Amino acid sequence: MATAAKETNPTLAAATQVTFLEAIRQAMYEEMERDPAVVLIGEDIGVYGGAFKTSEGLLERFGWERVIDTPISESAIIGAACGMSYLGLRPIAEMQFIDFIVCAFNQITNFVAKGHYLWNAPAPIVIRGPSGGGVHGGPFHSANPEMYFVHTPGLKVIYPSTPYDAKGLLKSAVRDNNPVLFFEHKFLYRRIKEELPAEDYTVPIGKAVVRREGKHLTIISYAAMMHTSLEAAADLAKEGIEAEVIDLRTLLPLDEETILNSIKKTNKCLVVHEDTKTGGIAGEIAALLCERAFGDLDGPLMRVTALDTPVPYAPSLEEFFLPNKEKVLHAARTLAKY
Amino acid sequence: MTKGLTRQQYLDLYYFMRLNRAVEDMMVKLFRQNKIVGGLYSSLGQEAVSVGTAYALEKKDWLAPMIRNIGALLVKGVPPRDIFMQHMAKYDSPTKGKDGTSHFGDLENLHIVSPISMLGDLIPVMTGVAMAGRYLGQKIVAMTWIGDGGSSTGVFHEGLNFAAVQKAPFVLVLENNQWAYSTPVKRQVPLENLADRAKAYGISSYTVDGNDVVAVYSTAKEAVDRARNGDGPILIEVKTFRRLGHAQHDPAEYVPKEMRAYWEARDPITLYEKFLTSENLLDDKGKKEIEDKIEKLLSAERDFAENSPMPPAEFAAQGVYCTGDDCHKVAPKWQRPIAEVTPPKSSVAAVWTVKGFGSGKTSGGGSAPIHFGDTQKHQDQAEAVPDQKPKDTEVPEAVAKTMEARNAKPTKVAAKVPVNVAAKVSAKSPVKTPAKKIAPKKSAKSAVVHAKPAARKARR
Repeated sequence: MATAAKETNPTLAAATQVTFLEAIRQAMYEEMERDPAVVLIGEDIGVYGGAFKTSEGLLERFGWERVIDTPISESAIIGAACGMSYLGLRPIAEMQFIDFIVCAFNQITNFVAKGHYLWNAPAPIVIRGPSGGGVHGGPFHSANPEMYFVHTPGLKVIYPSTPYDAKGLLKSAVRDNNPVLFFEHKFLYRRIKEELPAEDYTVPIGKAVVRREGKHLTIISYAAMMHTSLEAAADLAKEGIEAEVIDLRTLLPLDEETILNSIKKTNKCLVVHEDTKTGGIAGEIAALLCERAFGDLDGPLMRVTALDTPVPYAPSLEEFFLPNKEKVLHAARTLAKY
Repeated sequence: MTKGLTRQQYLDLYYFMRLNRAVEDMMVKLFRQNKIVGGLYSSLGQEAVSVGTAYALEKKDWLAPMIRNIGALLVKGVPPRDIFMQHMAKYDSPTKGKDGTSHFGDLENLHIVSPISMLGDLIPVMTGVAMAGRYLGQKIVAMTWIGDGGSSTGVFHEGLNFAAVQKAPFVLVLENNQWAYSTPVKRQVPLENLADRAKAYGISSYTVDGNDVVAVYSTAKEAVDRARNGDGPILIEVKTFRRLGHAQHDPAEYVPKEMRAYWEARDPITLYEKFLTSENLLDDKGKKEIEDKIEKLLSAERDFAENSPMPPAEFAAQGVYCTGDDCHKVAPKWQRPIAEVTPPKSSVAAVWTVKGFGSGKTSGGGSAPIHFGDTQKHQDQAEAVPDQKPKDTEVPEAVAKTMEARNAKPTKVAAKVPVNVAAKVSAKSPVKTPAKKIAPKKSAKSAVVHAKPAARKARR
């Protein structure tokens, strides 16, 4: 399989350092090679290759029937993907920017998510798209709407932070029998590179990973803020504070055990996310720790998040809105003193 | 009524209409005995619509009913007990008590997609079913229904338009029963014929008397055949009347008496009986036989339903996710060579059917410009030539002057200049973009910190 993919996939043959964006493209390419039930559906994904070029060249290789350009109709995209999945296909639906996913909110939360529970109908669909801020996209091209869907039983929600995970998790998502929402932080698209294995691999859904080991406190994060957290942890180490950094990778289902094991060790928890504060995953983690690790805590759970506002446009405003290393350092130092 | 059906077809239509009405009559009794858990919606007087349209489908075809399409489910092969048990929330019902009414489906055998209460959502879903069927070479047709009320939803438009551009083998039956709950059709849509909506999508449509079952069937058959042959999607407006309220609780006093009287005099079953009798297809003896058959069937089905247990409480916690192949094997049923949709056969030059569209090459690789001037290429260019003035001749002189002036006060530059020059100018701008913070150094192999090598190996 790996060899075959290498022969047919020019991007793999030359694989050295791969961007996040390219990792996504490779995952789709290889899954389409592997399984003719995998089709793509979305706006401008065919001739144009996607607004961010994630499906560049896929139309040419897999043809019109498998790379389906649609009208600007997010509900129709999700609805049609759902219908296709009922006949055994595995559609990957692209939201050109993940902000537009809310246009299909009803289809996702009422139709797609409830089908298996209500009438035993699996809907193996992946809904993916570029999310997140930091690129001056303004209030409608920078959203982190993951928690709308983390609150919806029946969905799985993935938000990776590295090219390796992005590729491996996207493959797992395609092979999963459930609807999976796959958020790609566009700030990471071209900013990080990584050498990927030539052979086929997957990363399991629902498993967090410890990116850095430490003993004084645990920083829990995901997506772009994972990198901010790691930079902060490196600075903290110079001050003698050893922070453990957990990358959640999957938000639903949440890997509770990895979180609890870490808190058992460090006794302190700081959650860093780019999503707004109220109703963010930090609140859910706080509740988890209260329920299952109350005795382990030596300090309050702290959070560094975006402000409870829409994402503003001007760089100065957006910078103020977003979490950053300084904010993480400040919170971590405060927490470490407990 | 038109002729040309076989004797058996005429009698099938009659049987299913009678069965449809008898099932619903029985459910009214069950409702009054408090044996139905939730609401009960009636299709009294609309039986010819559900039966006539669904009867035009083949066994392999797919349908998705609306709340008043019990008749379509019966035609497709759903046993009445399933309908009773759904309403009674029984454990043996298709959804095992997790949902009621016509909200159930069967992917494997009967090819029925479950509706949800939000109207119009089935239209793109059944478009997807139709597209997948075509992709797999199954030559199926997908059918669903929408009310006059539901035809005003946004997803009706999105779904039907998408079906139209895809030429999906899909038939949409617009069941115009004159009332969306209490709102008459004239206050919902300023059209005499709702079928006219098809013009907006460039698709074919029909308008048919919904109380004439043979007309409904003949129209639906023609539409289904055309859709199967690639002439779809097709919209059929079926004009009928909702004889009872929105549901059992609603006396529908808002309906004018004359209107009700007009339609009650046009009961689809009574009309059809007259036709069958005049054509010598049905006599009193034949009618009695059918009535006895239905009565016997439904009494057994009702007993089964009543004897079914309610679901155990803890069942509420189960089944949110498919747990994998042991739960469901998701496998498409291919009826065309897979080689047709896989490379090398699928590897074709991009040829679009719209003249002049897409005839050029794609934009040529991962460094193509994207939104926000955010590409590595742009950043590299900006870093490489910090002193070079913007070459872009597209920038009008006045704008260029303004830019120069603004460069003197650089904090305002980035937000004001046109997007296509922003990247070049931004190198001069002291506005610190967050990009600087976690962007990897050029020589750095990776900004990513992994789990320890051993742990990472284990992940693979």
